[in-house]
Amino acid sequence: MKEADVQQEPSYLGAPYGLASWLLTKDHKRIAILYLISITIFFAIGGSFAAMIRAELVTPQGDFLTADLYNKVFTLHGVVMIFFFLIPSIPATLGNFFMPIMIGAKDLAFPRINLLSWYIYVVGATLTLAAVIMGGVDTGWTFYTPYSSISSTTNVTTAALGVFITGFSSILTGFNFIVTVHRMRAPGMTWFRMPLFVWANYATSLVMILGTPVIAITVLLIAAERALHLGVFDPRIGGDPVLFQHLFWFYSHPAVYIMILPGMGVISELVANVSRKQIFGYSFVAFSSLAIAIIGFLVWGHHMFVTGQSIYAGLVFSIITMLVAVPSAVKTFNWTATMYKGAVVWDSPLFWVLGFMGLFLIGGLTGLFLGAMGLDIHLHDTYFVVAHFHYIMVGGGVMAFLGGLHFYWPKMTGRMYSEPLAKVASMLVFFGFNLTFFPQFIVGYMGMPRRYHSYPAEFQVFNVLSTAGATVLGAGYLMILLYLVYSIVKGPKAPMNPWGATGLEWKIQSPPITHNFHETPVVTEEAYDYLHAPAPTREVTHHE
Amino acid sequence: MSSTLPLFPPSASTVAGDVDALFFFILAVSAFFAVLVSVLILYFTFKFKGKHGEAGADIHGSLTLELIWTGIPFVLAMVMFVWGAQLFFTLAKPPADAMDVFVVGKQWMWKVQHPEGVREINELHVPIGRPVRLTLGSEDVIHDFYIPAFRVKMDVVPGRLTTMWFTATKTGEYHIFCSQYCGTKHSGMIGTVVAMQPEDYEAWLAGGRSTGSAVQNGERLFTELSCITCHKADSSGRGPTLAGVFGSTVQLNDGRKVLADENYLRESIMSPQAKVVQGFQPIMPTFQGLVSEENLLQLIAYVKTLKPAEPASAPVKK
Repeated sequence: MKEADVQQEPSYLGAPYGLASWLLTKDHKRIAILYLISITIFFAIGGSFAAMIRAELVTPQGDFLTADLYNKVFTLHGVVMIFFFLIPSIPATLGNFFMPIMIGAKDLAFPRINLLSWYIYVVGATLTLAAVIMGGVDTGWTFYTPYSSISSTTNVTTAALGVFITGFSSILTGFNFIVTVHRMRAPGMTWFRMPLFVWANYATSLVMILGTPVIAITVLLIAAERALHLGVFDPRIGGDPVLFQHLFWFYSHPAVYIMILPGMGVISELVANVSRKQIFGYSFVAFSSLAIAIIGFLVWGHHMFVTGQSIYAGLVFSIITMLVAVPSAVKTFNWTATMYKGAVVWDSPLFWVLGFMGLFLIGGLTGLFLGAMGLDIHLHDTYFVVAHFHYIMVGGGVMAFLGGLHFYWPKMTGRMYSEPLAKVASMLVFFGFNLTFFPQFIVGYMGMPRRYHSYPAEFQVFNVLSTAGATVLGAGYLMILLYLVYSIVKGPKAPMNPWGATGLEWKIQSPPITHNFHETPVVTEEAYDYLHAPAPTREVTHHE
Repeated sequence: MSSTLPLFPPSASTVAGDVDALFFFILAVSAFFAVLVSVLILYFTFKFKGKHGEAGADIHGSLTLELIWTGIPFVLAMVMFVWGAQLFFTLAKPPADAMDVFVVGKQWMWKVQHPEGVREINELHVPIGRPVRLTLGSEDVIHDFYIPAFRVKMDVVPGRLTTMWFTATKTGEYHIFCSQYCGTKHSGMIGTVVAMQPEDYEAWLAGGRSTGSAVQNGERLFTELSCITCHKADSSGRGPTLAGVFGSTVQLNDGRKVLADENYLRESIMSPQAKVVQGFQPIMPTFQGLVSEENLLQLIAYVKTLKPAEPASAPVKK
């Protein structure tokens, strides 16, 4: 694979130069970098809100923050992390960067719309930050009515409009991805030769374009009810507060799959690579993504078992919730089987895979407790739920995002980071995460409700453990930020294929040229053909 | 509390043990799969450790295995579904002989009214061994009445009434939490259930200051608010008679038939135009803002006692 001419064209990073060339770029890779910088900022903001929550909960009394401030802090933690970090995280960064390359395309189908979606994201996010500066918002990220529509005196309308606007960014990205997968595949890149990361992003895009309009309408209705007293959700003027929950969860439950499906795609790439082996049950992994995306639309009512909704509606939601666990289990078993008789390389990607598997297992399995109706009555709105969804969205989602970021970092930046530091960081994050969130399962079953500013003294020990864990977790994240940034400045230059991976993205230079490929590739092999994969070229290229 | 670290909530109701049993079943299944997958992954990581440049075996998949690991989780998930649904049905259907207690949530307190008229705030005294059915209403936003020791919880939704029930089994004091976020002092909207021996409960009731039973108060309101001028004991009023209406099926003038439950009565007072009984004019004004949630519960308690007019049944003396 020696292609001496490859290095002669400047990479996408340097051609052309200047801030304006970045802010007006139509290159999917540069837009991915713009997104990466933006979501990192929001992750830091959301993380500092989390730090304030954990500091408050060290003692049972509400003594660090006032009740109103605490309520605003947990609201903003949720809003920022979900709408401005988790939802765009993998699709808008790794998906934007690699999905076109993986299918042999020079860009997404609509490069200008891609740039527009980033600008929309920035406008929406800025508007929500404006709500923070104006004094914050205290409804919880769930914006439940009638509290949000008539009772709260905070900046609900501004924050809601921010979420509304950001939704269009999601819709445009999803739309762009779907068209790209349908229309832009290189010759020979059949559907069943596509990397599973592409399948996962395709399934995610379906959820984005079908679900996001509903949340957009819903938050707009809240703004309208606040401004015009419409009577959609306010029971005193003929509205139904529970209607809001139906509309909200119709999007927000599938949104969980927006956060985790791309992560599953990343893990499929990484598992095959660290095992140096074809993925076990390719088509089952691919179709389980679609199954999750589709079935995931029919489970929203499991958030509402105790609202007094009809028992029979509850039954339907409960059984479908149990069904959606099956494709996730199928994926997990297939990843496990992929490692069987592999040639498992103990590079840093392995550590992210193991971390993801451990956390996602716990996150997925604890969903079963909540899907069983009679048990959910006890667990609903307790810390058990908080722990469960953090295991999925942070344990699964963020671990996969970090794994993917580490795996693709050499390709994106052209630089290598320190392998030992990455291994230490992954273990620090894994340990810190478990210490933060595992105690919350216990304190949740004991009955501690979520969103409590103060709590009975018998719950304190678990909260202290949680806060200690959050400190470790924060240190792990900070460490990653530092060595990745350092690698850009001082890291050794990355070779074309540092992991010896299969796929078109590893057959082009690091970092890629603006148009990705010198010539349109012709695909003749299935994905993950590790029998014929090249060995990693890392060591050799250090001298270049 | 004891010096040992509590890891589990007290179990103090008839259903608590059943909920815990389902919890431990799912915990066992989960632990099995978590350990199985973790051990396999770690075993493969060590057993099949390879070097750069090596390739794993040429294995693409196995339909048999896919069917097995689709089928087994499916069956287990269905067992959990059925078990959970059965438990939910038990928790949703109060026994017929349950005693009624009214609970009204407002930012940020719980107001409790016993059938005999004793009221309390942020406390709920109940006898053990006797089913208690709570009827819940909210004066402002959504709250949620949660008693972890009993493993029961129910949202308290403005604009409608919800119900929950439990039978306490052990005397003691247990937490009440509001578990649906409701604003500034959400975490201060807590209280205590005091589960007592039945005789202690009777003594407590007798010592409490009663302002008349719920039915008596409802009857008084029924007159004060002039409900009685239209809803007469016989069918001569401008509104339908309410004798025997509770639990009956009502024919509406738009052709629908509805069951007259508590929520129907509530709606008919607050939004009378929503469902108009066949043969009557939509002339009743709304009582929104005129009756509080507590008054509503009293009115409903009174209407529930109105039996079809027969000479023999005169507990209401109308």
